This record gives sequence, C-alpha cells and structure tokens, in this order.
Amino acid sequence: MTKTLEKIQTTAKKLFTNIKLKEKAEMESPVRSLNNVIYNKKDGFFELKGMMKKRTLTANTVKTFAQTLKMMALSKDLINSEDIATKREAYYVSKNWGEARFKEQPESDAVMDDIEATFACNREQLGFIADEHGGSVAGELTVIDKDSTTKKEIKIDCTKFGSGSYSIPSDVEHLKFETKAKFVLAIETQGMFERLNKHQYWKKANCIIISMSGVPSRSCRRFIRKLSDEANLPVHVFTDGDPYGMMNIYRTLKVGSGNAAHINEFFCVPKANFLGITPRDITEYKLPTHPLKEVDIKRAKDALKNDPFVKDYKEWQNALKEMIQMKVRAEQQALAKHGLNFVISDYLPEKMKNEKSWLP
Amino acid sequence: MTDTKLEDYSETEEENKSKEVKELIEPKKTNNQSKAHEMAKSQREISIAEFFEKNRHLLGFDNKRKALLTTIKEAVDNSLDACEEADILPEITVEIHEIGTDKFRVIVEDNGPGIVKAQIPKIFAKLLYGSKFHKLKMQRGQQGIGISAAVMYAQLTTGKPAKIISKIHPNEPAHYYELKIDTATNKPDIIKDVKKEWYKENGTRIEIDLEASYNKGSQSVDEYIRETAVINPHVTLIYQPPKGEQLMLVRATEEKPKQAQEIKPHPYGVELGMLIKMLQRTETKTVKQFLKEDFSRVGDKAAEEILENSKLLSKTKTKDMSRDMAEQLMNGIKKTKLMMPPTDCIVPLGETMLEKGIKKEINAEFYTSVSRPPSVYRGNPFAIEVAIAYGGDQPADKSINVMRFANRVPLLYQQGACATQESITQTNWKSYGIQQTGSNMPVGPITIVIHIASVWVPFTSEAKEAIAHYPEIIKEMKLAIQEAGRNLAKYVKKKKRVKEELKKRSYIETYIPHIAEALKELTNCSATDEEIIKENLTELLEQQRGKVDSLDFDPTKNEEYNEEFAKIGREKEHDSNSEFSEENADEEDEK
Repeated sequence: MTKTLEKIQTTAKKLFTNIKLKEKAEMESPVRSLNNVIYNKKDGFFELKGMMKKRTLTANTVKTFAQTLKMMALSKDLINSEDIATKREAYYVSKNWGEARFKEQPESDAVMDDIEATFACNREQLGFIADEHGGSVAGELTVIDKDSTTKKEIKIDCTKFGSGSYSIPSDVEHLKFETKAKFVLAIETQGMFERLNKHQYWKKANCIIISMSGVPSRSCRRFIRKLSDEANLPVHVFTDGDPYGMMNIYRTLKVGSGNAAHINEFFCVPKANFLGITPRDITEYKLPTHPLKEVDIKRAKDALKNDPFVKDYKEWQNALKEMIQMKVRAEQQALAKHGLNFVISDYLPEKMKNEKSWLP
Repeated sequence: MTDTKLEDYSETEEENKSKEVKELIEPKKTNNQSKAHEMAKSQREISIAEFFEKNRHLLGFDNKRKALLTTIKEAVDNSLDACEEADILPEITVEIHEIGTDKFRVIVEDNGPGIVKAQIPKIFAKLLYGSKFHKLKMQRGQQGIGISAAVMYAQLTTGKPAKIISKIHPNEPAHYYELKIDTATNKPDIIKDVKKEWYKENGTRIEIDLEASYNKGSQSVDEYIRETAVINPHVTLIYQPPKGEQLMLVRATEEKPKQAQEIKPHPYGVELGMLIKMLQRTETKTVKQFLKEDFSRVGDKAAEEILENSKLLSKTKTKDMSRDMAEQLMNGIKKTKLMMPPTDCIVPLGETMLEKGIKKEINAEFYTSVSRPPSVYRGNPFAIEVAIAYGGDQPADKSINVMRFANRVPLLYQQGACATQESITQTNWKSYGIQQTGSNMPVGPITIVIHIASVWVPFTSEAKEAIAHYPEIIKEMKLAIQEAGRNLAKYVKKKKRVKEELKKRSYIETYIPHIAEALKELTNCSATDEEIIKENLTELLEQQRGKVDSLDFDPTKNEEYNEEFAKIGREKEHDSNSEFSEENADEEDEK
C-alpha cells in the first residue's frame, strides 16, 4: 500500500469512528494563500507557516464534505488500479454522483487541491494529473524514459526534433537525464521558443531551451527542478517585462506559490534567476512599450506589500518600483524592433555575459 | 345637523355678491355707454347651484358609475356623522334598485337623531347649507354640499324630486318631503310636505332616483360599503345591491368612537380674509378678548405677546380694527410662538381597531399597524394611521393594494393624485425586503391602509377623492409607513431566514447518503455501518440546527377573517379581464 493510500484510509477511518460515536466530524488542511507562507531563503522556496483551516461537518459544509469524501474514494480507486485521471476527467466522473456532482471544473479542482494539501502530497500521487500543457524542450539534452509496456529504457535526444520539440510528460518523476549543456533557458512564450529553436540558439550557446507557455505547469516546474538538481545546471528565466512575467511566472517557478505551498518543496527551482526583460532593459535597449494597465499596477503593488519573496530581495523591490514609476511594460518580442534575430545575436549573449544585469 | 346662524352667513354672502353685480349693471355714463349697457344685459349673478350644475365633476358626478357611488357616500356620511354626534350606535340600510335603463333608485335609511322639520328642505335642497363648514371638528362631511348635490344631480337626470322622511322623537310625527332645488336661486323647491306615520322611533330616510350605472370592481359601491365597514367597526350596514341578496355587515364592536371635540381655530391656521371676517362677527369687545376667546391656545400672556408683536394696543376695540390693522395682527401672530392646537378634537381609530378591520377582509400572514400621535398643518390638527397586511391570499407579483381613508370615509378615486401615493412611493420599500423599482409603487403581497383623521381634511376637490400634498401631512404619512415598514421588515426577514434554514435542512438530507456511501467505499465498512452513519449524521446535524418556527401561511389561523365579507365588491366585473375594466374606470375618471 502506498503512503498516500494509507493517509487517505486513516483519515476516512477516523471520520467513520467519530460519526459512529456521535462525535464531531472534522477535516483539517493548511490554509492555501500567500499569508500562510514564508520564504525559506536557505532552501529557496515558500514554506507553510502552519495556519490550518478546520472544516467541521455542518449544514453549511455538508456538500463539500460529501464531495471531498467522494473524491478521496475516487483517488483510492485510481491508486489501487494504478490508473490516472486528468482533472477534467475527475470532474466528469463526479457527474455520476447525483446531487454531490460538481457544476464547474473549478469546484472539483479546488476540492482536489484541498485533498492534496490535507495529505501533503502532490496530485500525481493521488492519481490525478493536470491536463495543462507540460512545456516544450529542445537542445543539448538526452531524456531517459521508460516504455510503459516493456519497461525498457528509451533515450530521447532533444537535438533531434528538427523544427519540433520534446514535450514534457505529465509525470516526470521517473525521468533521468544526460547532458553537457551549460545552462537551461526557460522562456515565457512559445513564439520566442520557436525563434530560438529555429535558429538553433541552443547549439550556439550550448544550452537547453524550455518553453513554459505562461505560468509553468507543475510537471514543467518539476522537470526543470530535476534537471537543475541532477545535472547541476543554472536556470535563466526569460519573460516579458511586466508584473505578470516577473511575479506569476518567474516567482512561481523559483519559489513556488501560496496556493500550492504544501508541495513547493518539490516543484520550485531555487537555482533560477531572472534574465529579462527587466525595467532597466526597457530603458537601455530603448524597447517599444505599452502603458501598464490598472491590474498590472495592482499586481506590482500587491507583490511589494504581501509577497514574502519580494520582501526578501531589495533588487526586486527596486525593479518593481521602477516599473510602477515608468508606467510601462515591454514584451519579449519588443526586441524585434532592432531586427528579428537581435535577441540571438545581441540581447541574450550580452545578458549572459553581464551577471549584474540579472535579478535574483 | 341644524344651525340657523349659518343660513345668515350664506345669505350675507349672496347679498354682497348682488351688490357687486348692481355696480356692474349701473355704470357711470361714458361714451361707450350703449355697448356697456348691451353687455350688461347678458351679465347676471351665478348661483352656486348653477355653477355646480355646470361643473358637476367637481362634486364627484363626472360619470354614471361615480354618480351612484357619490350619492350613496354622501347619504351614508351624513347618517354616520349624525349618529355619532347624537351618540347613537349607527344602523344604516343602503338599497339600490334598478328602475330602468341606467336608472336607479337609492334609498339610505338611518337610526339617527332625525332632522327638525324646518331644516329638512334646506339641508337636502340647498347647496352650501349645514353646520359642518364652520366647525373645526373631526367629521365626515365638511362643506355642506354633498347630499344636496346628489338631489340636484337626481333632478337633472331623472326630473324626479328627492323623497325624505325624518322623525326626531317617538312621540312626534314624522315629516315627509318631496324636494327639488331651484338652481337659479339655490333655494329649496318644496313639491310635497306632509305628516306621516313612520314605524321608526327616530331616524332619517332618503330616496333618490338618478341616472347611474352599477358596476363591481375596485371603485364600486360594493367596495365602498365594505371599506366603510372596515374603518367603522361600530356600524351595522344592511346592504341591498341591485341584483343579488341582501347583505348584513354586523358591527364588530359596541364601543362607540370617542366624541370628537370641536375646537376653535388656531391663530397659525388663519388667513387674513378669514381674520377680518372673524373680527366683524365676533361678540367680544377688545382685540385681546377676541384673541383669547375666539382662538384656541391663546391665553392672557400669549394675547399680550401677539398684540405687542403686532404693535397694537391691548385696549384696541374689535370694531375699530381696519384692514391694515388686521394685517398688522396677522404679522404679529406669525412672530409669536404659540402652543400647537389641542389634539383631543381628533379621534383616530387606534391600532387595535385598525388591525381588526383589515383582518376581517384580508386573509394575510402578518399584520401590523401604527397610529401616529397627532400633528398639525396650517393650524389644523391631524393624525395618521397605517396598517399593513402581508402575504397570504394576496398576489405577490402585482403593485401593492392601497386602501385610503379620511375621517373614516373610504377614498376610491384619484389615488394617483393623493398625498398617500406620494408617501408610499417615496418610501424606500427595498429596505423592508419589498420589491420596488425607483420611486414606483412597490410590488408585493401587501395591502396598506392609510387613514387621516383631522378637523379639516384638505381634499384636492369638493368631491373629496384625494388628499392634498401638504408637506406636514406627507411627512407624517411617511413616518407612519416607515414605522409599519420596519415591523414588516422584521417579519419578511425572519421568513427569509426560515426559508434559508429549511433549504439547509434539505441540504443535509440530500448529502448525508453521499457521505455515508463514500465512507463505506473508503473504509470497506458493512452496509449496517453505512446505515448507522446515516442515522448518526442526521441526528448530529439536526441537533446543531435547533427548532424552526413554521411561517407557512395557514389560511385558517386568522379567526377574524370573514370570507363572505371579503368578497363584497371583489367579484370580477367581467370574468375575463377585470383589470382592463378598472383601467377603463380610471380613464373615465380622468375625463
């Protein structure tokens, strides 16, 4: 029996006994928010502070209680049968639960997150996988995977995809790597990844390039983390020059999120650093800009006020303040102003050389 | 109902008018004399009766349907006032007989004190005659037009005289009159005058034939009869509609309303013209005496103060007062702070009676009533009372139902022009949990009763259909509505809570089986255990909830409710679209 299964059954047994003895029935899980995390500088990720929310079975919680238990039962089945269900599939399974079914997927996702947090495990261990895009990889890397039927090793050379790329699977736990690359370049947009891949930037710079397509999925984060740990590689992150790229994408990749603090330990990439676009780049490269939107300013201000990571780094406070002052943002693609391949010929090499231009 | 002095008053007025007319007829000679003479030939005095003959809508006779209602209303108002003044528990019979196409005979008979012989012709066949106009006292009639206007309308439309019989004492004979009005002179035209045997000990009966139409619906005689019974719980009404059975609305209480006290005018409510007239007629010698004796709330000190503020000597003789001095006095009154008039002159119905009345005819879930302390406009004391009936048999998706009363008389027409309307629409009903868009009429299962009791109700017209928009009155109405509204809100909110609670309870029932089932899957427990889990959970969760009051509408709970009674006037005029016909009536009303 897996550890997770054991945890599920212990919790269920306890509830069962309580109810049988006519005692109060409760379930406990950590509060999932930025308020409940601290930045652990030593290990480089967000850690839970320990605020717990207790959900007692009452008329108000009876529906969520029923749904949580049904979801736990589903998880038990998945683990026992060594099967998986995507979040979307789990949502559709619930349609069979009569009145206890979920109306929208966000409801089932939230219940799933709560279960994850309750048992301090990740959702893959519960048999649930994400249906979001895992991320694309190209460059100096050989991924060692296993054939699911024959259990034989498969070596995948990421330089051999031509104009395509290797797609990160939803479960990356069993993967091994062989590489001689000097660093990993994690890129916000698929478009920028395509440009760098097309011109084989990875060959020129001897690196691995990975597209995150926005906020990286958990498996993408875990993949980069394993790569950085096992091959001992630095990770440079290349996003748009806006609060979303800096906070939602970079910060989540590096130290994790408040929402998933219980698993940050495994999913963050403490060795990551921010390559660009920085507010300074906007000035120095005279990049074309767009005005900051109301939400951008709010996000930056929130980060300055509430984000334990930003609070720990003067450099980030300065950068965000500078951006709020400049009132502008710039996309990765703004570099195209100086020529389509300016990013390869000038920007990236210059940035790589000048460590001082990075943000922690 | 008798007051000889009044006759003199109105005659004086007529004399004054004829003087003016004489001046017009005999102008000084000028170059244009022939033309002026010619014009003068067509100029003549207009009698008040002639004026209203032409402007009958001012008196509530604008259409056949309304004519029937107004006639009955005036007769019943007079009967009720007379009974109350004589301290008699009223028993009034109202009969309507169809005597031809659009022709009806109305008979109203009371057990009142009767009318002395000499007064009968004047009261019934002379406009602006009566005791009520000059009395500051809470009563139904005010102007002395009502019943004589009905007599006039009857003779105009059918050519028949009104038949009146009245008896003032068991030992005296009854007098029978047939009367018409000479509209040119506004004087009674006596057709018949005989002594008659009458079975009654005392009382008055009037029979009028008139052109009219009888309809059901919200502005019908039926509705008027029913609402009259609601607001006058001490009255027994025997009602014979044109078709159908006789109805007997027996009094709900033997308790007579307290006698309203007559009060003298308050200085604040008097205008210059009125003041001059009072000065001419007073029996007092000095202005100081005049102030003290002819007004309420003016004592020795207040009189001195008024005179000082008016820059008048306290010895000034009333007969020496010029127009200018009267104006000085007027300004002096304005500068002086006086006590508000006494309010024992008005007799509100009271919260209990008001609620009892509304319970009789509306089967609702919740009732509340508010009786405001008396207040004053233009020196006239008045009091506002409001009752609200919520829920039950009332439709939830229509504008609320409004019942308006003034001095215990139902008001059925001109709701839109009435101060009550403004007070209701300006109240924020949303805060009481009632739907309302902007300042429209709120929507909900509600009947609201508004009663104004006053020594002088300011109607917008002689037809006494709507109450004028005095700010003081609207303010009091709003305060009363708000107070009742807050009581209502408590109930509406409680009901909402109970509804939510019941929803939660049904929640518990819905989800418990799922919890038990999931636990069974997770722990592999037995089916028996699953049942135990279900039972225990039900017990545990319901323990937390406690008891809920049942707020479901129970139609049998209201013991005062009288279904027969509630039906009067509520039957559909045309079965298919009664609303449409009511709209029609309103349109007619406008014309």
